[in-house]
Amino acid sequence: MKLKPSLAARSFLIELIVYAALVAAYVLFVIGLLNAWLHGLYDHNKTLYAIIALLLIITQGVVLEMVTSFLLKLIRLRSD
Amino acid sequence: MDFLISHTHISPFYLVITGFIIGILGGFFGVGGSFLAGPALFAVGVPMNMVVGTDLAHIVGKSIVATKKHRALGNVDLKLGFIMVIGTIAGVEVGAQAIEQLKQFGRASVDKVVGITFVVVLISISLFVAWESWQTIKMQRQRKLDAEKSGVGFKELKAKQDESAFDHIARRIHKINIPPMIKLRASGVQRISVWAILLVAFIGGIFSGFLGGGAGYIRMPAMVYLLGVPTHVAVGTDLFEVVISASYGTLTHAIKGNVDIMIALVMHTGAAIGAQIGATATEYFHGPRIRLAFVPLPLIGAAIVIYGLLSGENLK
Repeated sequence: MKLKPSLAARSFLIELIVYAALVAAYVLFVIGLLNAWLHGLYDHNKTLYAIIALLLIITQGVVLEMVTSFLLKLIRLRSD
Repeated sequence: MDFLISHTHISPFYLVITGFIIGILGGFFGVGGSFLAGPALFAVGVPMNMVVGTDLAHIVGKSIVATKKHRALGNVDLKLGFIMVIGTIAGVEVGAQAIEQLKQFGRASVDKVVGITFVVVLISISLFVAWESWQTIKMQRQRKLDAEKSGVGFKELKAKQDESAFDHIARRIHKINIPPMIKLRASGVQRISVWAILLVAFIGGIFSGFLGGGAGYIRMPAMVYLLGVPTHVAVGTDLFEVVISASYGTLTHAIKGNVDIMIALVMHTGAAIGAQIGATATEYFHGPRIRLAFVPLPLIGAAIVIYGLLSGENLK
């Protein structure tokens, strides 16, 4: 079922606000904590750092894709 | 926020918003967005060699989101994508090695050579795509007028909406008979040499390794103009290919010390949502108009790099 344009815009705005709050918390707590540890790894073992860096960005890509899709679905269901 | 690996201090809001904008553009045009991400990072003081590697890492995360969306829309030619990966990886390694050679002459040399190359490539692509898209739109308008006169149906016109004024070049490349020849069903290409695909991917890979990013600003137009792939499929396939080649690029650059993964992670939080929006928007536009809308983007990237090179200062 397709949403009316005004309803879709409102849903999208709510999604953006919820997402922004989640991102702010994530950046402050999770990424903030990783900073020093990754710096140490970067200085001492570049190969391990490279593997962990790639795994981190892939994991974040997959998880955020799931989060954004879930939020979109949830808000659409509520709007319906 | 202090980013210890690259020794920079950047606002996380700047990175998230930059990622969001680049995500929208990347999802829509099928490019990694390095023509904007690169200059945006350079502008806040990230060294150019670090810009190249960090941008690749951020692109991996973002392209996963956009590729999944495009795959659901039927815009990904897996066969073409897997073949291109081989050529791209070889090219990325050549580009990354060139950066290593330049590093011997100091950071200033890397910044200058990569910056100038970046500007030349971006302006050339922008001018070419503008000219080609305009020619195609003019050609379509003329055909529509002719069709109205001769009574050709709407369906026949609709089928030609994704054509290019350079279709004749793609047809010539399809005729190059160097085995193995393959058929790309999802792209509607009946017969093409694997070597032609590999060469296009290899050249894109060199730019990716040398200038950073997925080099979608080269590969996406090359797929359309040289390989004859429809624009929507070129967008989706390029993103799929970028996931794999940028992953390799991230690894090789990180081992060489050119990746600040913290910057990439923060930027990607904005890009993830932007990529979903951009990919969805492709449903509402046709080929030449997508390409025409692409034109200002490389110019913005070029302007930022020129400012950085001329002033010798960051925008921070």
